[in-house]
Amino acid sequence: MVGAMDIGYPYALTAELTHRCPLRCVYCSNPLELERREAELTTDEWLDVLDQAGRLGVAQVHFTGGEPLARADLEPLIRKAREAGLFVNLITSGVGLTAKRAQQLADAGVDSVQLSVQASVPELSDFIAGTRAFERKRQAAVWIREAGIPLHMNAVLHRLNLQLVEELAEMCASWGAERLELANAQYYGWALRNRSLLLPSREELREAEEALRRAKERFGHRMELIWVIPDYHEEYPKPCMGGWGRWSMTVSPDGRVLPCTAASEIRTLQFENVKRRDLAWIWRESPSFNAFRGSDWMPEPCRSCERKELDFGGCRCQAYLLAGDAGQTDPVCHRSPHHRLVAETVSGAPKQAAGGFTWRTTGENL
Amino acid sequence: MKQPALSDRPKLRRPARLKYDPARETELLLLPERVVRLNPSAGAILRLCDGERSVAAIIERLERNYPGSDLKGDVLEFLATAADKGWLEPWTSVTLTP
Repeated sequence: MVGAMDIGYPYALTAELTHRCPLRCVYCSNPLELERREAELTTDEWLDVLDQAGRLGVAQVHFTGGEPLARADLEPLIRKAREAGLFVNLITSGVGLTAKRAQQLADAGVDSVQLSVQASVPELSDFIAGTRAFERKRQAAVWIREAGIPLHMNAVLHRLNLQLVEELAEMCASWGAERLELANAQYYGWALRNRSLLLPSREELREAEEALRRAKERFGHRMELIWVIPDYHEEYPKPCMGGWGRWSMTVSPDGRVLPCTAASEIRTLQFENVKRRDLAWIWRESPSFNAFRGSDWMPEPCRSCERKELDFGGCRCQAYLLAGDAGQTDPVCHRSPHHRLVAETVSGAPKQAAGGFTWRTTGENL
Repeated sequence: MKQPALSDRPKLRRPARLKYDPARETELLLLPERVVRLNPSAGAILRLCDGERSVAAIIERLERNYPGSDLKGDVLEFLATAADKGWLEPWTSVTLTP
Protein backbone atom coordinates (compact mmCIF):
# COMPACT_ATOMS: atom_id res chain seq x y z
CA MET A 1 0.00 0.00 0.00
CA VAL A 2 1.23 3.50 -0.71
CA GLY A 3 1.20 6.30 1.80
CA ALA A 4 -1.38 9.08 1.59
CA MET A 5 1.31 11.48 0.44
CA ASP A 6 1.75 9.56 -2.81
CA ILE A 7 -1.88 9.78 -3.84
CA GLY A 8 -2.53 12.49 -6.40
CA TYR A 9 -5.81 14.00 -7.53
CA PRO A 10 -8.23 12.24 -9.85
CA TYR A 11 -8.59 13.81 -13.28
CA ALA A 12 -11.71 12.10 -14.54
CA LEU A 13 -15.03 10.90 -13.22
CA THR A 14 -17.12 8.40 -15.11
CA ALA A 15 -20.70 8.90 -13.96
CA GLU A 16 -22.79 5.85 -14.80
CA LEU A 17 -26.18 7.45 -14.38
CA THR A 18 -28.23 4.33 -15.04
CA HIS A 19 -27.92 0.77 -16.29
CA ARG A 20 -31.18 1.11 -18.20
CA CYS A 21 -30.58 1.08 -21.95
CA PRO A 22 -32.76 0.64 -25.02
CA LEU A 23 -29.90 -1.26 -26.67
CA ARG A 24 -28.97 -4.85 -25.92
CA CYS A 25 -25.46 -4.97 -27.38
CA VAL A 26 -23.73 -8.34 -27.27
CA TYR A 27 -20.42 -6.64 -26.39
CA CYS A 28 -21.75 -4.56 -23.48
CA SER A 29 -19.21 -4.25 -20.68
CA ASN A 30 -21.81 -3.47 -18.03
CA PRO A 31 -21.96 -6.14 -15.32
CA LEU A 32 -24.28 -9.08 -15.86
CA GLU A 33 -26.16 -8.00 -12.75
CA LEU A 34 -27.54 -4.61 -13.73
CA GLU A 35 -28.64 -2.08 -11.15
CA ARG A 36 -32.37 -1.55 -10.87
CA ARG A 37 -33.99 1.80 -11.46
CA GLU A 38 -35.07 2.05 -7.80
CA ALA A 39 -31.45 1.67 -6.72
CA GLU A 40 -30.25 4.64 -8.78
CA LEU A 41 -28.91 7.75 -7.07
CA THR A 42 -31.36 10.64 -6.93
CA THR A 43 -30.81 13.96 -8.67
CA ASP A 44 -29.67 15.60 -5.43
CA GLU A 45 -27.21 12.80 -4.74
CA TRP A 46 -25.66 13.17 -8.21
CA LEU A 47 -25.51 16.98 -7.85
CA ASP A 48 -23.59 16.48 -4.63
CA VAL A 49 -21.23 13.96 -6.24
CA LEU A 50 -20.42 16.46 -9.01
CA ASP A 51 -19.77 19.22 -6.49
CA GLN A 52 -17.45 16.98 -4.52
CA ALA A 53 -15.69 15.84 -7.69
CA GLY A 54 -14.90 19.42 -8.68
CA ARG A 55 -13.42 20.18 -5.26
CA LEU A 56 -11.39 16.96 -5.35
CA GLY A 57 -9.60 18.04 -8.55
CA VAL A 58 -11.64 16.15 -11.13
CA ALA A 59 -11.48 18.06 -14.42
CA GLN A 60 -13.59 15.93 -16.68
CA VAL A 61 -16.83 14.01 -16.35
CA HIS A 62 -18.13 11.34 -18.69
CA PHE A 63 -21.86 10.85 -18.33
CA THR A 64 -22.60 7.33 -19.42
CA GLY A 65 -24.65 4.24 -18.53
CA GLY A 66 -26.60 2.32 -19.76
CA GLU A 67 -28.19 5.15 -21.65
CA PRO A 68 -27.78 8.47 -19.82
CA LEU A 69 -30.61 10.03 -21.85
CA ALA A 70 -32.93 7.75 -19.87
CA ARG A 71 -32.39 10.13 -16.95
CA ALA A 72 -34.77 13.09 -17.20
CA ASP A 73 -32.42 15.08 -14.93
CA LEU A 74 -29.44 14.91 -17.30
CA GLU A 75 -29.59 18.63 -18.12
CA PRO A 76 -29.39 19.88 -14.51
CA LEU A 77 -26.53 17.44 -13.93
CA ILE A 78 -24.67 18.86 -16.93
CA ARG A 79 -25.26 22.38 -15.61
CA LYS A 80 -23.90 21.45 -12.23
CA ALA A 81 -20.85 19.79 -13.77
CA ARG A 82 -20.10 22.96 -15.71
CA GLU A 83 -20.53 25.05 -12.56
CA ALA A 84 -18.00 22.75 -10.90
CA GLY A 85 -15.60 23.62 -13.75
CA LEU A 86 -15.69 20.20 -15.41
CA PHE A 87 -15.39 19.34 -19.07
CA VAL A 88 -18.60 17.48 -19.86
CA ASN A 89 -18.68 14.55 -22.24
CA LEU A 90 -21.88 12.63 -22.87
CA ILE A 91 -21.62 9.04 -24.12
CA THR A 92 -24.88 7.93 -25.71
CA SER A 93 -26.49 5.44 -28.05
CA GLY A 94 -28.47 8.35 -29.49
CA VAL A 95 -31.69 6.42 -28.98
CA GLY A 96 -34.19 8.67 -27.24
CA LEU A 97 -32.61 11.86 -28.55
CA THR A 98 -34.80 14.44 -30.22
CA ALA A 99 -33.89 17.73 -31.89
CA LYS A 100 -35.27 19.51 -28.86
CA ARG A 101 -33.33 17.42 -26.35
CA ALA A 102 -30.10 17.95 -28.32
CA GLN A 103 -30.63 21.70 -28.04
CA GLN A 104 -31.35 21.37 -24.32
CA LEU A 105 -28.09 19.48 -23.86
CA ALA A 106 -26.24 22.20 -25.75
CA ASP A 107 -27.90 24.91 -23.67
CA ALA A 108 -26.98 23.08 -20.49
CA GLY A 109 -23.34 23.26 -21.58
CA VAL A 110 -22.33 19.79 -22.76
CA ASP A 111 -18.83 20.04 -24.29
CA SER A 112 -18.93 16.98 -26.52
CA VAL A 113 -21.21 14.09 -27.32
CA GLN A 114 -19.85 10.66 -28.12
CA LEU A 115 -22.36 8.71 -30.18
CA SER A 116 -22.00 4.95 -30.45
CA VAL A 117 -22.55 2.99 -33.62
CA GLN A 118 -22.36 -0.77 -34.01
CA ALA A 119 -21.57 -1.16 -37.73
CA SER A 120 -21.69 0.71 -41.03
CA VAL A 121 -24.35 -1.66 -42.38
CA PRO A 122 -27.78 -0.87 -40.86
CA GLU A 123 -28.96 -4.48 -40.59
CA LEU A 124 -25.73 -5.64 -38.95
CA SER A 125 -25.70 -2.63 -36.62
CA ASP A 126 -29.23 -3.49 -35.48
CA PHE A 127 -28.35 -7.18 -35.07
CA ILE A 128 -25.40 -6.35 -32.78
CA ALA A 129 -27.50 -3.85 -30.80
CA GLY A 130 -30.34 -6.35 -30.51
CA THR A 131 -32.83 -3.67 -31.55
CA ARG A 132 -33.58 -1.32 -34.44
CA ALA A 133 -31.41 1.65 -33.61
CA PHE A 134 -29.28 2.48 -36.66
CA GLU A 135 -31.65 4.91 -38.31
CA ARG A 136 -32.20 6.73 -35.01
CA LYS A 137 -28.45 7.07 -34.56
CA ARG A 138 -28.05 8.56 -38.02
CA GLN A 139 -30.77 11.05 -37.14
CA ALA A 140 -29.21 11.75 -33.72
CA ALA A 141 -25.92 12.66 -35.40
CA VAL A 142 -27.74 15.31 -37.45
CA TRP A 143 -29.44 16.77 -34.38
CA ILE A 144 -26.22 16.84 -32.35
CA ARG A 145 -24.47 18.80 -35.08
CA GLU A 146 -27.44 21.12 -35.63
CA ALA A 147 -27.32 21.94 -31.92
CA GLY A 148 -23.69 22.99 -32.44
CA ILE A 149 -22.21 20.22 -30.29
CA PRO A 150 -18.93 18.64 -31.45
CA LEU A 151 -19.81 15.12 -32.63
CA HIS A 152 -17.54 12.30 -31.58
CA MET A 153 -18.30 8.69 -32.34
CA ASN A 154 -17.27 5.29 -31.10
CA ALA A 155 -17.58 1.77 -32.38
CA VAL A 156 -16.72 -1.35 -30.42
CA LEU A 157 -14.92 -3.80 -32.71
CA HIS A 158 -15.20 -7.57 -32.73
CA ARG A 159 -15.54 -10.41 -35.19
CA LEU A 160 -18.90 -9.24 -36.55
CA ASN A 161 -17.72 -5.80 -37.65
CA LEU A 162 -13.92 -5.87 -37.65
CA GLN A 163 -13.90 -6.23 -41.44
CA LEU A 164 -15.77 -2.91 -41.70
CA VAL A 165 -13.17 -0.59 -40.16
CA GLU A 166 -12.64 1.50 -43.28
CA GLU A 167 -16.37 1.68 -44.04
CA LEU A 168 -17.09 2.71 -40.44
CA ALA A 169 -14.58 5.53 -40.71
CA GLU A 170 -16.08 6.63 -44.00
CA MET A 171 -19.59 6.64 -42.57
CA CYS A 172 -18.65 8.53 -39.41
CA ALA A 173 -16.76 11.13 -41.45
CA SER A 174 -19.82 11.58 -43.66
CA TRP A 175 -21.99 12.04 -40.55
CA GLY A 176 -19.70 14.91 -39.53
CA ALA A 177 -17.77 13.24 -36.70
CA GLU A 178 -14.64 15.08 -35.62
CA ARG A 179 -13.32 12.07 -33.77
CA LEU A 180 -13.86 8.33 -34.00
CA GLU A 181 -12.81 5.90 -31.34
CA LEU A 182 -12.42 2.39 -32.71
CA ALA A 183 -12.33 0.32 -29.57
CA ASN A 184 -11.58 -3.35 -29.82
CA ALA A 185 -13.91 -5.17 -27.45
CA GLN A 186 -12.68 -5.63 -23.90
CA TYR A 187 -13.97 -8.80 -22.35
CA TYR A 188 -16.00 -7.92 -19.29
CA GLY A 189 -19.68 -8.36 -18.47
CA TRP A 190 -21.76 -9.36 -21.47
CA ALA A 191 -18.76 -9.28 -23.77
CA LEU A 192 -17.04 -11.95 -21.69
CA ARG A 193 -20.14 -14.10 -21.84
CA ASN A 194 -20.15 -13.77 -25.65
CA ARG A 195 -16.37 -13.94 -26.00
CA SER A 196 -16.14 -17.07 -28.11
CA LEU A 197 -18.29 -15.39 -30.77
CA LEU A 198 -16.71 -11.94 -30.54
CA LEU A 199 -12.98 -12.61 -30.31
CA PRO A 200 -11.28 -12.16 -33.69
CA SER A 201 -8.41 -14.26 -34.99
CA ARG A 202 -4.94 -12.78 -35.40
CA GLU A 203 -5.42 -12.72 -39.15
CA GLU A 204 -8.71 -10.82 -38.91
CA LEU A 205 -7.05 -8.33 -36.62
CA ARG A 206 -4.08 -7.85 -38.92
CA GLU A 207 -6.41 -7.05 -41.82
CA ALA A 208 -8.30 -4.55 -39.66
CA GLU A 209 -5.06 -2.78 -38.80
CA GLU A 210 -4.37 -2.45 -42.52
CA ALA A 211 -7.85 -0.99 -42.99
CA LEU A 212 -7.17 1.46 -40.16
CA ARG A 213 -4.03 2.63 -41.95
CA ARG A 214 -6.04 3.26 -45.12
CA ALA A 215 -8.78 5.03 -43.13
CA LYS A 216 -6.21 7.33 -41.53
CA GLU A 217 -4.87 8.26 -44.95
CA ARG A 218 -8.34 9.01 -46.29
CA PHE A 219 -10.01 10.69 -43.28
CA GLY A 220 -7.28 11.48 -40.77
CA HIS A 221 -7.07 15.12 -41.87
CA ARG A 222 -10.65 15.85 -40.84
CA MET A 223 -11.42 13.20 -38.21
CA GLU A 224 -9.21 12.09 -35.36
CA LEU A 225 -8.98 8.29 -35.36
CA ILE A 226 -8.32 6.53 -32.08
CA TRP A 227 -7.52 2.82 -31.98
CA VAL A 228 -8.06 1.01 -28.67
CA ILE A 229 -5.94 -2.13 -28.83
CA PRO A 230 -7.32 -5.62 -28.35
CA ASP A 231 -5.31 -6.65 -25.33
CA TYR A 232 -5.85 -10.42 -25.72
CA HIS A 233 -3.64 -10.36 -28.81
CA GLU A 234 -0.80 -8.43 -27.17
CA GLU A 235 2.33 -9.75 -25.55
CA TYR A 236 2.03 -7.44 -22.54
CA PRO A 237 -1.11 -6.24 -20.75
CA LYS A 238 -2.71 -2.82 -21.12
CA PRO A 239 -1.84 -0.19 -18.49
CA CYS A 240 -5.43 -0.48 -17.30
CA MET A 241 -6.87 2.88 -16.17
CA GLY A 242 -3.28 4.18 -16.15
CA GLY A 243 -2.97 2.43 -12.81
CA TRP A 244 -5.56 1.53 -10.18
CA GLY A 245 -6.82 4.58 -8.29
CA ARG A 246 -4.33 6.81 -10.05
CA TRP A 247 -6.21 9.10 -12.46
CA SER A 248 -9.89 8.36 -12.45
CA MET A 249 -12.90 6.99 -10.65
CA THR A 250 -16.30 5.65 -11.63
CA VAL A 251 -19.54 6.12 -9.74
CA SER A 252 -21.98 3.32 -10.55
CA PRO A 253 -25.76 3.93 -10.80
CA ASP A 254 -26.30 2.94 -7.16
CA GLY A 255 -23.50 5.17 -5.85
CA ARG A 256 -20.66 2.72 -5.42
CA VAL A 257 -17.31 4.24 -6.26
CA LEU A 258 -15.06 2.07 -8.43
CA PRO A 259 -11.47 2.49 -9.58
CA CYS A 260 -12.57 1.08 -12.96
CA THR A 261 -15.95 0.69 -14.67
CA ALA A 262 -15.64 -3.11 -14.65
CA ALA A 263 -14.54 -3.38 -11.02
CA SER A 264 -17.96 -4.17 -9.55
CA GLU A 265 -17.40 -7.73 -10.78
CA ILE A 266 -14.54 -8.15 -8.31
CA ARG A 267 -16.38 -9.84 -5.47
CA THR A 268 -13.42 -9.91 -3.12
CA LEU A 269 -13.37 -6.13 -2.70
CA GLN A 270 -15.87 -3.99 -0.82
CA PHE A 271 -16.62 -0.77 -2.69
CA GLU A 272 -17.67 2.31 -0.75
CA ASN A 273 -20.83 4.24 -1.56
CA VAL A 274 -21.25 8.02 -1.93
CA LYS A 275 -24.39 7.70 0.17
CA ARG A 276 -22.23 6.85 3.18
CA ARG A 277 -18.79 8.32 2.55
CA ASP A 278 -17.52 11.42 0.84
CA LEU A 279 -15.68 11.14 -2.42
CA ALA A 280 -12.39 12.52 -1.08
CA TRP A 281 -12.23 9.91 1.68
CA ILE A 282 -13.06 7.13 -0.76
CA TRP A 283 -10.37 8.32 -3.15
CA ARG A 284 -7.65 8.70 -0.53
CA GLU A 285 -8.45 6.32 2.28
CA SER A 286 -10.74 3.50 1.18
CA PRO A 287 -9.29 -0.03 1.21
CA SER A 288 -10.64 -0.70 -2.30
CA PHE A 289 -8.84 2.28 -3.87
CA ASN A 290 -5.65 1.52 -1.97
CA ALA A 291 -5.73 -2.21 -2.67
CA PHE A 292 -3.67 -2.04 -5.88
CA ARG A 293 -2.01 1.36 -5.74
CA GLY A 294 1.74 1.49 -6.25
CA SER A 295 3.64 -1.78 -6.64
CA ASP A 296 3.87 -3.29 -3.15
CA TRP A 297 0.83 -5.50 -3.79
CA MET A 298 2.36 -7.10 -6.88
CA PRO A 299 3.16 -10.80 -7.08
CA GLU A 300 5.78 -12.29 -9.34
CA PRO A 301 6.34 -12.01 -12.25
CA CYS A 302 5.31 -8.34 -11.89
CA ARG A 303 7.31 -7.61 -8.76
CA SER A 304 10.69 -8.03 -10.45
CA CYS A 305 9.52 -6.96 -13.91
CA GLU A 306 11.08 -3.94 -15.60
CA ARG A 307 7.65 -3.02 -17.00
CA LYS A 308 5.79 -2.76 -13.72
CA GLU A 309 5.71 1.04 -13.87
CA LEU A 310 4.54 0.88 -17.50
CA ASP A 311 1.56 -1.44 -17.28
CA PHE A 312 1.00 -1.72 -13.50
CA GLY A 313 0.45 -5.46 -13.83
CA GLY A 314 -2.41 -4.93 -16.29
CA CYS A 315 -6.08 -5.12 -15.46
CA ARG A 316 -7.22 -6.14 -11.96
CA CYS A 317 -10.71 -7.00 -13.19
CA GLN A 318 -9.31 -9.25 -15.89
CA ALA A 319 -7.05 -11.00 -13.39
CA TYR A 320 -10.09 -11.64 -11.21
CA LEU A 321 -12.36 -12.78 -14.03
CA LEU A 322 -9.81 -15.09 -15.67
CA ALA A 323 -7.45 -16.18 -12.90
CA GLY A 324 -9.91 -15.85 -10.02
CA ASP A 325 -7.71 -13.43 -8.09
CA ALA A 326 -7.61 -9.65 -8.61
CA GLY A 327 -4.12 -9.58 -7.12
CA GLN A 328 -2.55 -11.74 -9.85
CA THR A 329 -0.69 -10.61 -12.95
CA ASP A 330 -3.11 -9.94 -15.79
CA PRO A 331 -3.25 -13.27 -17.70
CA VAL A 332 -2.86 -11.34 -20.96
CA CYS A 333 0.84 -10.97 -20.08
CA HIS A 334 2.86 -13.75 -21.70
CA ARG A 335 4.87 -13.98 -18.46
CA SER A 336 1.76 -14.69 -16.37
CA PRO A 337 1.45 -18.24 -15.01
CA HIS A 338 -2.17 -18.08 -16.19
CA HIS A 339 -1.37 -16.87 -19.69
CA ARG A 340 -2.56 -20.06 -21.36
CA LEU A 341 -6.14 -19.03 -20.40
CA VAL A 342 -5.79 -16.20 -22.89
CA ALA A 343 -3.47 -17.83 -25.40
CA GLU A 344 -5.72 -20.85 -25.88
CA THR A 345 -8.76 -18.60 -26.30
CA VAL A 346 -7.02 -16.52 -28.95
CA SER A 347 -5.63 -19.47 -30.89
CA GLY A 348 -9.07 -21.09 -30.67
CA ALA A 349 -10.76 -18.15 -32.42
CA PRO A 350 -12.59 -18.35 -34.71
CA LYS A 351 -12.65 -22.13 -34.85
CA GLN A 352 -14.42 -22.76 -31.58
CA ALA A 353 -17.85 -24.24 -31.68
CA ALA A 354 -20.15 -21.91 -29.89
CA GLY A 355 -23.75 -21.43 -29.03
CA GLY A 356 -25.75 -18.34 -29.89
CA PHE A 357 -25.26 -14.83 -28.60
CA THR A 358 -26.63 -13.69 -25.29
CA TRP A 359 -28.00 -10.21 -25.80
CA ARG A 360 -27.76 -7.85 -22.85
CA THR A 361 -30.99 -7.25 -20.99
CA THR A 362 -32.35 -3.72 -21.32
CA GLY A 363 -32.62 -3.11 -17.62
CA GLU A 364 -36.16 -1.80 -18.03
CA ASN A 365 -37.73 -5.04 -16.90
CA LEU A 366 -35.37 -5.88 -14.07
CA MET B 1 2.77 23.38 -38.34
CA LYS B 2 4.60 26.58 -39.15
CA GLN B 3 4.72 29.46 -36.73
CA PRO B 4 1.89 31.98 -36.74
CA ALA B 5 2.21 35.48 -38.13
CA LEU B 6 2.16 38.35 -35.65
CA SER B 7 -1.26 39.33 -36.99
CA ASP B 8 -2.83 35.91 -36.37
CA ARG B 9 -5.38 35.67 -33.59
CA PRO B 10 -4.90 32.28 -31.98
CA LYS B 11 -7.86 30.60 -30.41
CA LEU B 12 -8.34 27.39 -28.46
CA ARG B 13 -9.66 24.68 -30.68
CA ARG B 14 -13.25 23.72 -29.92
CA PRO B 15 -14.22 22.09 -27.57
CA ALA B 16 -10.98 22.57 -25.60
CA ARG B 17 -11.19 24.72 -22.48
CA LEU B 18 -8.83 26.00 -19.80
CA LYS B 19 -9.49 25.46 -16.13
CA TYR B 20 -7.51 26.83 -13.24
CA ASP B 21 -7.45 23.98 -10.75
CA PRO B 22 -7.22 25.15 -7.16
CA ALA B 23 -6.44 21.63 -5.89
CA ARG B 24 -3.28 21.33 -7.99
CA GLU B 25 -2.66 25.10 -8.19
CA THR B 26 -2.12 24.86 -11.91
CA GLU B 27 -3.80 25.53 -15.24
CA LEU B 28 -5.34 22.49 -16.92
CA LEU B 29 -6.22 22.21 -20.57
CA LEU B 30 -9.41 20.18 -20.87
CA LEU B 31 -9.78 18.14 -24.05
CA PRO B 32 -12.42 15.57 -25.01
CA GLU B 33 -10.57 12.49 -23.75
CA ARG B 34 -7.63 13.94 -21.91
CA VAL B 35 -6.49 16.58 -19.52
CA VAL B 36 -3.15 18.35 -19.92
CA ARG B 37 -1.44 19.81 -16.90
CA LEU B 38 0.19 23.01 -18.14
CA ASN B 39 3.33 24.65 -16.83
CA PRO B 40 2.89 28.29 -15.76
CA SER B 41 4.17 29.86 -18.98
CA ALA B 42 2.07 27.59 -21.21
CA GLY B 43 -0.97 28.41 -19.10
CA ALA B 44 -0.25 32.14 -19.30
CA ILE B 45 0.07 32.06 -23.10
CA LEU B 46 -3.03 29.93 -23.70
CA ARG B 47 -5.11 32.15 -21.39
CA LEU B 48 -4.47 34.97 -23.85
CA CYS B 49 -5.45 32.95 -26.93
CA ASP B 50 -9.03 34.21 -27.04
CA GLY B 51 -9.40 34.68 -30.80
CA GLU B 52 -9.41 38.47 -30.29
CA ARG B 53 -5.81 39.22 -29.41
CA SER B 54 -3.18 39.07 -32.12
CA VAL B 55 0.08 37.22 -31.56
CA ALA B 56 1.78 40.61 -31.34
CA ALA B 57 -0.65 41.71 -28.61
CA ILE B 58 -0.10 38.46 -26.71
CA ILE B 59 3.66 38.94 -26.75
CA GLU B 60 3.32 42.57 -25.69
CA ARG B 61 1.04 41.62 -22.83
CA LEU B 62 3.38 38.90 -21.58
CA GLU B 63 6.44 41.15 -21.84
CA ARG B 64 4.60 43.72 -19.75
CA ASN B 65 4.24 41.08 -17.04
CA TYR B 66 7.89 40.06 -17.31
CA PRO B 67 9.70 43.36 -18.00
CA GLY B 68 13.04 43.24 -19.73
CA SER B 69 12.50 39.84 -21.33
CA ASP B 70 12.33 39.06 -25.04
CA LEU B 71 9.64 36.44 -25.31
CA LYS B 72 8.82 36.61 -29.02
CA GLY B 73 10.80 33.53 -30.07
CA ASP B 74 9.53 31.41 -27.19
CA VAL B 75 5.91 32.40 -27.72
CA LEU B 76 5.99 31.73 -31.46
CA GLU B 77 7.60 28.37 -30.90
CA PHE B 78 5.09 27.41 -28.21
CA LEU B 79 2.12 28.44 -30.36
CA ALA B 80 3.39 26.32 -33.24
CA THR B 81 3.78 23.32 -30.91
CA ALA B 82 0.34 23.89 -29.39
CA ALA B 83 -1.25 24.04 -32.83
CA ASP B 84 0.54 20.81 -33.78
CA LYS B 85 -0.97 19.11 -30.78
CA GLY B 86 -4.42 20.25 -31.87
CA TRP B 87 -4.90 22.66 -28.98
CA LEU B 88 -5.40 25.69 -31.22
CA GLU B 89 -7.45 26.38 -34.33
CA PRO B 90 -5.33 26.36 -37.50
CA TRP B 91 -3.76 29.70 -38.43
CA THR B 92 -5.66 31.96 -40.72
CA SER B 93 -2.65 33.91 -41.90
CA VAL B 94 -2.41 32.10 -45.22
CA THR B 95 -5.41 34.12 -46.41
CA LEU B 96 -4.19 37.26 -48.14
CA THR B 97 -5.95 40.34 -46.90
CA PRO B 98 -5.68 43.76 -48.60
